[in-house]
Amino acid sequence: MAFYFVQFLTGLASAASLFLVASGLSIIFGVTRIVNFAHGAFYMLGAYVAFTLTERFSGALGFWGGIVVAALIVAAVGVLVEMVLLRRIYHAPELFQLLATFGLTLMVQDIVVLIWGPDDLLGRRAPGFRGAVDFFGQNIPSYDLFLIALSPIVLGILWLLFQRTRWGVLVRAATQDRDMVAALGVNQKWLFTSVFALGVFLAALGGALQIPRDAVHHALDLRIIVEVFVVVVIGGLGSIIGAFVAAVLVSELNAFGILIFPKISIILVFLVMAVVLIVRPWGLFGKPEAAARRTPGLTVNPWRPLTSGERLMSIGALALAAMLPLFAGNYALTVGSEIAIFVIFAASLHFLMSVGGLASFGHAAYFGLGAYGVAFLAKAAGLPMIVSLLLGPLLGLLGAAVFGFFAVQLSGVYFAMLTLAFAQIIWSIAFQWVTVTGGDNGILGVWPDNWASSPASFYWLSLGIAALVATVLRVIVFSPFGFALRATRDSPLRSEAIGINGKRVRWTAFVIAGTTAGIGGALFAYLKGSVFPDSVGISLSVDALVMVLLGGVETVSGAVIGAIVFKAANIWLVSQTDLSKLVLGGFIVLMVVAFPKGIVGTLEALRNRRRSTDTKSALATSRVEVAE
Amino acid sequence: MRRRHLLGAGLAIVVAGMAGNAMAQSEIKIGEINSYSLLPAFTEPYRKGWQLAVEEINAAGGINGKKLVVISKDDGGKPADATTAANELVSSEKVAMLAGTFLSNIGLAVSDFANQKKVFFLAAEPLTDAITWSKGNRYTFRLRPSNYMQAAMLVEEAAKLPAKRWATIAPNYEYGQSAVAVFKKLMSEKRPDIQWVDEQWPPQGKIDAGPVVQAVASANPEAILNVTFGADLVKLVREGNTRGLFKGRSVVSFLTGEPEYLDPLKDETPEGWIVTGYPWYDIKTPDHDKFLKAYQAKFNDYPRLGSIVGYQTIKAAAAILAKANSTDPEKLIAATEGLSMPSPFGEITFRKIDHQSTLGAFVGKTALKDGKGVMVNSVYRKGADYLPSDAEVEKLRPKD
Repeated sequence: MAFYFVQFLTGLASAASLFLVASGLSIIFGVTRIVNFAHGAFYMLGAYVAFTLTERFSGALGFWGGIVVAALIVAAVGVLVEMVLLRRIYHAPELFQLLATFGLTLMVQDIVVLIWGPDDLLGRRAPGFRGAVDFFGQNIPSYDLFLIALSPIVLGILWLLFQRTRWGVLVRAATQDRDMVAALGVNQKWLFTSVFALGVFLAALGGALQIPRDAVHHALDLRIIVEVFVVVVIGGLGSIIGAFVAAVLVSELNAFGILIFPKISIILVFLVMAVVLIVRPWGLFGKPEAAARRTPGLTVNPWRPLTSGERLMSIGALALAAMLPLFAGNYALTVGSEIAIFVIFAASLHFLMSVGGLASFGHAAYFGLGAYGVAFLAKAAGLPMIVSLLLGPLLGLLGAAVFGFFAVQLSGVYFAMLTLAFAQIIWSIAFQWVTVTGGDNGILGVWPDNWASSPASFYWLSLGIAALVATVLRVIVFSPFGFALRATRDSPLRSEAIGINGKRVRWTAFVIAGTTAGIGGALFAYLKGSVFPDSVGISLSVDALVMVLLGGVETVSGAVIGAIVFKAANIWLVSQTDLSKLVLGGFIVLMVVAFPKGIVGTLEALRNRRRSTDTKSALATSRVEVAE
Repeated sequence: MRRRHLLGAGLAIVVAGMAGNAMAQSEIKIGEINSYSLLPAFTEPYRKGWQLAVEEINAAGGINGKKLVVISKDDGGKPADATTAANELVSSEKVAMLAGTFLSNIGLAVSDFANQKKVFFLAAEPLTDAITWSKGNRYTFRLRPSNYMQAAMLVEEAAKLPAKRWATIAPNYEYGQSAVAVFKKLMSEKRPDIQWVDEQWPPQGKIDAGPVVQAVASANPEAILNVTFGADLVKLVREGNTRGLFKGRSVVSFLTGEPEYLDPLKDETPEGWIVTGYPWYDIKTPDHDKFLKAYQAKFNDYPRLGSIVGYQTIKAAAAILAKANSTDPEKLIAATEGLSMPSPFGEITFRKIDHQSTLGAFVGKTALKDGKGVMVNSVYRKGADYLPSDAEVEKLRPKD
């Protein structure tokens, strides 16, 4: 009995840090609607700065002072980031801020190694909390007891702050309806900055408090960020109490899960998140989101098919790309194939995101399923390449059909998190089911048949399929189905009223996108000759998001450009420098500031502006035609 | 004016190109891939190790008179990126062979690439048994002692312990799983009387150490096998120390004696663990002294195990290229099979039967000295003594 009680307390102690970080993320999201991917990076920075300060200043005052000062320093960094970077892009399309914070995260990972060196650092133990307390023969670290006591105190302080101060009232009002708060004359700028600072402070404090238990190293951020997303979503976005309850729930699941199912503790939390989202789509303590006011960008500039001139230009670009084998070497061609494959992948996500308005955080699941499908068919069944290529993506289709059914019941960030949960579940299966998938060691020897084995022919194959996919997706966008999908995106209520079955339309779109991603994955397996759980992993899903956002989420085919730019830059940088993350992150941040609507989106906006000054009237008539 | 500049630049490029060609004929290139950005703690010392080797080789006249050049690429910890890098090295840089890699899955991906493209590959650090056995191929050789070898070395010591009730803690992926499986198999062969009372499989890099320690303690084992490393190990040791898990229990631990993993534990290093590792401060052989002096003189830092692996990888590559006197992969394979060479740990041989080198490891016990973790009573175990019989190996490895 004592054992279970101690196990319970241990779970509570783990919950403390999780709660601090999650509450920060939740507050930031509630007010600014930013999915702050850099939250893990601030957590890590908190740990690093606290390490330096506590090493420098010894004694109890040095330690506790160091922890608090570290959190304050990192919060100041957060303020700087908010004022310099985020303020510029609040009006960009939804999720675009995710791209900026993702770029920051990449940069911080390299920066901490540059500043603090590559070794794992062992911080000091907390003065006064070094030992353990005996509880019926079981030892409880006294620092755990301190953490257990700390989190309700923080919860209480936050509650007082939000319920009893004017600032708290404003924050709660903004969480509920920020446009209304702005209309009432509240200075949003400073409200957002202060909220961001508080959120970052909590994240950094959570990181700093870990140094007596953990090692400080440069992968801390990714370790915590996904778990924190899970906690925030289970608890309900914007709800502090929810974050607290969910942090306890997740930590206790970990603590007791390892007793019953030691091997599947990896997916337990994701299973729970999936169940919670299916049963309570807004999390345990969340409230249904008020119907979002659409950003005007989506409505003033209706999409139109390419003009014949633009069609010629696209065909010309394709013909030019097809001539690459005439002058480029094998390496360039293999890189070309990889870029073409990522064009397919990005285009599939773009279809879901910009046409369907459904941002998936787990799109790599279907890419990976396609890759594994091919690997099974080619290795286990020994089928020839052409058959595997045709049938492999069906695994992606199957996965998308099953998971999509549940996912399209939700929308917005909850949809994103449910897709993330499904992707993590598939990843864990690929990672754990060693007898079938080879686990971490993957499936080897998936090489193309002779007819496609030369880099040039594989390049033509990938390029051809990519062009086909991009064209078909465009055709779908301008088909009646595409119009129905856009209708459900722009106004769910009105589209239902005219008889469109929104969920079925979105489900179909999900299946289309999943299958298309599967095609990309199938080609990818043959390009690399092997399949690993990586191809289902979170980082690939994030890469896809970055490509779409970089290209421009409000465009019809921006993802094509986004994929080419991102993938080419990525491959080139990884080959050129060990600091590829720093440079790539910096590049992304610059792109975000320079092209707040994505590359293609910004170019289109520029062209439209020029056109409107030239021939205002002509444009007006042509717009009316298109709108009709 | 501008045109003249262009002309000048063009001329310069042509001249540089010709010079490059002339250079290329007196150069031998090795393509090297490792997880520099993902695992800097291990790959930085590794890089220093191979840089030292390159310097020494070229100072001694290169490879049969040709200058050795190592072109190094980062794989970011992703098998797919490693394949891209391998492709670049082979297709664009025209390297004579591939070398390197740290993670097992990346080692396997590059080994499969090498097999497909018929390129020689010298795997440096990956530990998985699959790379030389179940998924072995004729183009791939491996330097570092495998999972099996390290397990066999540890079992030899562990079997001497009186403990009968054992628990295991291992990261939940291929490395951890196969380390535990081999250890259990070999241990149960030697000691049929022991019982396995608990196993914990924390996710790699995400151990929730408190609950894991509690769970192991509640099974009340007499001895514990640990396979976790890096940040997970730090957390495990801290929680274990505070909660008294290691008190009165024997612990056997993979790799923990390597400075990469031992040094971060500082004054919290648990004493008396039986570990494999690299006690650089304690090795008194002329071969190692020479390496140690050169390394410390060049970098003003002490070597980690990665330094040895990096150093010996390039030394081995140079020995292979010198013996083959060609960059033809078939000739390289023929030259490597059965090739013996000196190393800082003494002479090693690349076995013909499974392409594994006989580089060994040190087995000893952890101890605290001046607030730092060290390995004491360490003995070098030759790799050749800890491999299964040839008949067994032939069953494990597919025919070429």
